Amino acid sequence: MTMKSSTRQVDGIAVVDLSGRITLGEGSVVLRDLVRDLLSKGSKKILLNLGDVTYIDSSGIGELVSAFTTVRNGGGDLKLLNLTKKVHDLLQITKLYTVFDIKDDEATAVASFGK
Amino acid sequence: MSTAMRVSYRMDSTLESVNQAEEVATKIAAKIGFDEEDVNRISMAVREAAVNAVLHGNAYDPAKKVTFGFENTGEALVITVSDEGKGLNPNVIPDPLAPENLLKQSGRGIFLIRAFMDEVRIRSLEPGTEVTMIKNVYGGDAAGKEESK
Repeated sequence: MTMKSSTRQVDGIAVVDLSGRITLGEGSVVLRDLVRDLLSKGSKKILLNLGDVTYIDSSGIGELVSAFTTVRNGGGDLKLLNLTKKVHDLLQITKLYTVFDIKDDEATAVASFGK
Repeated sequence: MSTAMRVSYRMDSTLESVNQAEEVATKIAAKIGFDEEDVNRISMAVREAAVNAVLHGNAYDPAKKVTFGFENTGEALVITVSDEGKGLNPNVIPDPLAPENLLKQSGRGIFLIRAFMDEVRIRSLEPGTEVTMIKNVYGGDAAGKEESK
């Protein structure tokens, strides 16, 4: 299953619900385009909900890192929400768990961006 | 436990081959009796090795093939992935956990393979690279997974 996404605005935060696989090929490209699109529209506070992401490979991890640095370099912030155990383990193994701001509750995550 | 078996596949250098290899690995690992977590780790290791072979090794060259071997020895699942590319020197692979590499977009494939399998060997072919990945059927050296780079 390829990746699907839908974006909603919650208190000025772009909450992106992702599902499926973020892998080399379609998934990682979709994520890249999505983040660029949000930034071009002025959305600099982005919360990626990975609760329904079933699989991420190293290309997908790379795309998450790239999205994070792109948003940060543009003066914004990108956080992750609802990691599955598989994705959590991957980020821990690759030491990226300490890089990303990771939340498990949407309201808390949205509030954490500040005004 | 399943009886000993060996199968091999010679595939085109495409993303479709990467997905097929991952599916085959998942089926074989499950059939052997690995638990769900190990099946996921094995299939991901195979995917990463396949991506390296197709993308970095053969560079999507339609004239070059990727060969996958799966062998159940009874004691371990031994998987080989070979390409016909320009070769890979395992001694010059940057450590993706080093602070200066942590935010790089790529360079985590071999690291993940080593983290997920019990033993990994990388051998230069002429031309190409062969990656051998071993997962012990009876648990193996779990501590080794965390020590691997």
